[in-house]
Amino acid sequence: MTHLIQLFDFDGGIHPAENKTQSNQRPVRKAPMPEELVLPLQQHIGAPADIIVTVGDTVLKGQVIAEPHGYVSAPLHAPTSGTVTAIEDRQVPHASGLSEICIVIRPDGNDTWIEHQSLCAELGVDDCDDITNDDLIKRIRDCGIAGLGGAGFPTAVKLNTGKHTIDTLILNGAECEPYITADDMLMRERAADVIRGAQILLQIIKAERCLIGVEDNKPEAIKALEDALLLHHEEHHIDVVTIPTKYPSGGEKQLIQILTGREVPSGGIPAQVGIVCQNVGTAAAVADAVDHGVPLISRITTVTGDAVTDKGNWEVLFGTPVSHLLEISGYKPEKKERVIMGGPMMGFALPSLDLPVVKTTNCLLAPTSKELPGNNPAMACIRCGMCATACPAGLLPQQLYWFSRAEELDKAEQHNLFDCIECGACSYVCPSEIPLVQYYRHTKGAIREERAAQEKAEQARQRFEARIARQEREQAEKDAKRKARAEAAAKTQNAKKDAPAKAAPAAKAEQTAAAASNPELEKLQKQLDGAQAAKVKTQEKLEAAKQDPEQADKVAVFEAALVKTQDKIKALAKDIAAAKKAAKAAEAAGTSGASDADKGDPNSPERLKKKWEMAQGRLDTALKRLAQAEEEGSDTVEALKEGIAKQQARVDEAKAAYEKAESGDAEGAVQTEPAAPVAADLTPKIQAQKDRVEKARERLEMAKSEGLETVPALEKAVNKQLEKLAALEAQASSGEA
Amino acid sequence: MALLTLSSPHTHGPNQTSRIMLTVALATLPGLIALTWFFGWGTFINVVLASLVAVASEALVLKMRGYPVSFFLKDNTALVTGVLLGLALPPLGPWWVTVIATAFAIIFAKQIYGGMGNNPFNPAMVGYALVLISFPVEMTTNWAASFQATGNAAVGFVDAMSVIFAGTQTITDAFTGATPLDHYKHLISKETSEALLQDATFNGWLNAGWEWVNLGFLAGGLFLIWRRIISWHIPVSMLAALFLCSLMFGWDEDLYTPTYLHLLSGATMLGAFFIATDPVSASTTPTGKLIYGAGIGILLFVIRTWGAYPDAVAFAVLLMNFAAPFIDAYTQPRTYGHEKARRGLKPGDK
Repeated sequence: MTHLIQLFDFDGGIHPAENKTQSNQRPVRKAPMPEELVLPLQQHIGAPADIIVTVGDTVLKGQVIAEPHGYVSAPLHAPTSGTVTAIEDRQVPHASGLSEICIVIRPDGNDTWIEHQSLCAELGVDDCDDITNDDLIKRIRDCGIAGLGGAGFPTAVKLNTGKHTIDTLILNGAECEPYITADDMLMRERAADVIRGAQILLQIIKAERCLIGVEDNKPEAIKALEDALLLHHEEHHIDVVTIPTKYPSGGEKQLIQILTGREVPSGGIPAQVGIVCQNVGTAAAVADAVDHGVPLISRITTVTGDAVTDKGNWEVLFGTPVSHLLEISGYKPEKKERVIMGGPMMGFALPSLDLPVVKTTNCLLAPTSKELPGNNPAMACIRCGMCATACPAGLLPQQLYWFSRAEELDKAEQHNLFDCIECGACSYVCPSEIPLVQYYRHTKGAIREERAAQEKAEQARQRFEARIARQEREQAEKDAKRKARAEAAAKTQNAKKDAPAKAAPAAKAEQTAAAASNPELEKLQKQLDGAQAAKVKTQEKLEAAKQDPEQADKVAVFEAALVKTQDKIKALAKDIAAAKKAAKAAEAAGTSGASDADKGDPNSPERLKKKWEMAQGRLDTALKRLAQAEEEGSDTVEALKEGIAKQQARVDEAKAAYEKAESGDAEGAVQTEPAAPVAADLTPKIQAQKDRVEKARERLEMAKSEGLETVPALEKAVNKQLEKLAALEAQASSGEA
Repeated sequence: MALLTLSSPHTHGPNQTSRIMLTVALATLPGLIALTWFFGWGTFINVVLASLVAVASEALVLKMRGYPVSFFLKDNTALVTGVLLGLALPPLGPWWVTVIATAFAIIFAKQIYGGMGNNPFNPAMVGYALVLISFPVEMTTNWAASFQATGNAAVGFVDAMSVIFAGTQTITDAFTGATPLDHYKHLISKETSEALLQDATFNGWLNAGWEWVNLGFLAGGLFLIWRRIISWHIPVSMLAALFLCSLMFGWDEDLYTPTYLHLLSGATMLGAFFIATDPVSASTTPTGKLIYGAGIGILLFVIRTWGAYPDAVAFAVLLMNFAAPFIDAYTQPRTYGHEKARRGLKPGDK
């Protein structure tokens, strides 16, 4: 309020009837306790929580009853004290109408709190500013806070902005959907908590300023927030910005555009343009969590529509059945019953009233058919372009509609279908009343399915090719060894036949050949390593290109490059096999020559040294093979590891024997040295693994920000990579020890 | 207890295709009144006849296709096609020309392509082009002259009926004359502009009747823009292109038709606001609409000036109809979060 904020406008937008005065005339009331609370394990975007209670357990209010599963997840708390009466499949509020596992709690009526305290008290610090970010984020995660605006993205994850520098925190109090007044009432009644939440969030993301965007149809809320700002002396960092009422100004991307003029890149997250956006309700929940240790167990929900007589806002415990909430609001169902969770623009019609209120339930709208008539039959599209004028994302809805109808998925994608935020503005203005959003949802689903199928096929192809390549390489190596052995044997035979005098110079010549071929071999090996590294890199790039529609045209290029690299690797492997064969032959000849010379003493130092070196060489080869196997995710890793351990022992033995022979000292046998190279070898591997973890996390972030269905799968991938990393680190530490 | 589960959004704005089409039809009234006032009842009779034929043809085809007839007739699109054709055809042309043009427009140019929303070409203009090419005599000699040009009163209702339905030649001769555009184009090679404008057809400046007709359609068009039923893009770019082209060549009135005749004569305003703006066959992107409109304006000038026909709205619109999908593909707006707008469609590109 002390700053003059320049406002920007977003393209399109509509002005539907607001219908907010029906529900914001009286204060928020506390909904009476229902007979049972039904708590779905997934009330947020990400992985469902893991149950940690059993049927029959008594739980206290605020007690954790399910723990987060993986990084993108949130715990679940008992909204009141009582008994767990069932853990079973119940229908959950989702457009699909699916059933999922829910924890059912029968309240005991005492509402007894579990012990809880502010984060300051828990950590024993006087000043909240001294609390570290990690502690704050952990508290927010532990309290199960997920975005209360609608999507329900775990807040702690969103606050982990990684490498992005954040300069602005935006609190979304626009509430542009008609009918809904939950945020309006929250801002009026809990303005201080919103401001306090903003302070904490600013501290975490280290942003310079916070903008609270509120539509100008909520003057009371704006006044309350400004008063709270003065009270908290925060008017220098935090601004309450009044924005024009226009749907969908409360869309995250649209609000960011209005307040800062920045655009979140397609497929990206706000952090990429230095912004973190949270709902005002989420901010208040953060304040509760940090200052009072109160987990997220309730929210404000608007109950409105002409089919209820008592319209207003309720403070509702999660798990409260919709039917209970409607009943206390005086619900008079019509013949054609319809109850919408959310607003009339983006909410979804509930398939049943036995569903529970969850973290994202901001509104229950029970309209009469007169108030919101059901859709009329759609007429033909006349391409009037009113939808394009209304679209806030700059799309051509009429074209997307034609592509969707014709199932021209590629064209729909080219016309940026995935930038559609499904706000419904196009359907609202369509004079032919075509359910455009429904078409887009269907087409998005079809494209995702197609992509998944393609990816699966591609992975299968890659696995197959890797397997073939490995088999070929192994065969080539085996052949080379066999040949080398056969030749060596033949040579020995020849040497034995020839005069002993001739043997020495011959052996010398062979040795020179071996020495000459070794640098050659090294060079080839280096080339092979380089080619393999290039292959990995190309594969990564290819993956990235496949994920990123911008780079789509590069996919083919990368694929071609990959094939080329693979060919090169094959050729190099053959060369190496040949070189090795030559080297082996030379070595064998050398050894046989030496053995001839030292025939009398099999334990001579020279011989022992050779033995040691050979063992060491084998160990190196095995390690390399292990690295390769791990790269390909081959199942031979374990076997190789075992072999390496055995080989290591052999090397130790050989070395000890040699040193013993060399020095004649019996104590030279104990050697701790060879463990070190193993640890050293692991360091780059660990680094690579860390990179992989980082990459997987980034991808996950992207998917989350877009709300893609791949989130759980990606999460699993992150966990898997983390496990691998842990395994490597354990190996490294054991190696060092 | 089955609950209604419809997909979001659950609410709808006040827009309705049928209402939009009805408004378009009504917005032609100022132009129709001017036509009737200055040129007699011929156009009015044509509009009524064409509307009836259009609706009847539409109903017939819908029935043949097994569609609910009344539901689709309610969208009023056939009515608009009929009204526009009636306004465009020569006021004193024989009835069967109107019937053929309208029936062809609805049955062939619209329904055979799949009905409303699926026709790549403006149906009214397809019908018009058909009769213009097939019946050149009927289409060029039956233009009523304004009462100022003939010195008689405008054609009365009974006279108009007898010309249109019975082909009474004496009345036809008394009331018809060349349109100003036609007249100027053909005589300017022989006379000076000054002498030509003294001719009865021009009455010193331009024929008062045509001027008011065009202003009437302009008023109706501005009403549509104000009601946000059409956007300004196509009319503005079309008129601007026509204006600039005629300014470039028409400065010498002794060689070419002057600018004010181009803008306020013939079907210029009807074309700019009512025909070129037909959303189904026009370009739909904002930039595309500008290009599309400008293309019509340029083609209109080219055909009027160097072509065989005195007026050319129908051909100009139809030619640009061909180009509309292509223009659309290359003028997509920039989507939020994208640095650049996409251009064109590449097969296999994602």
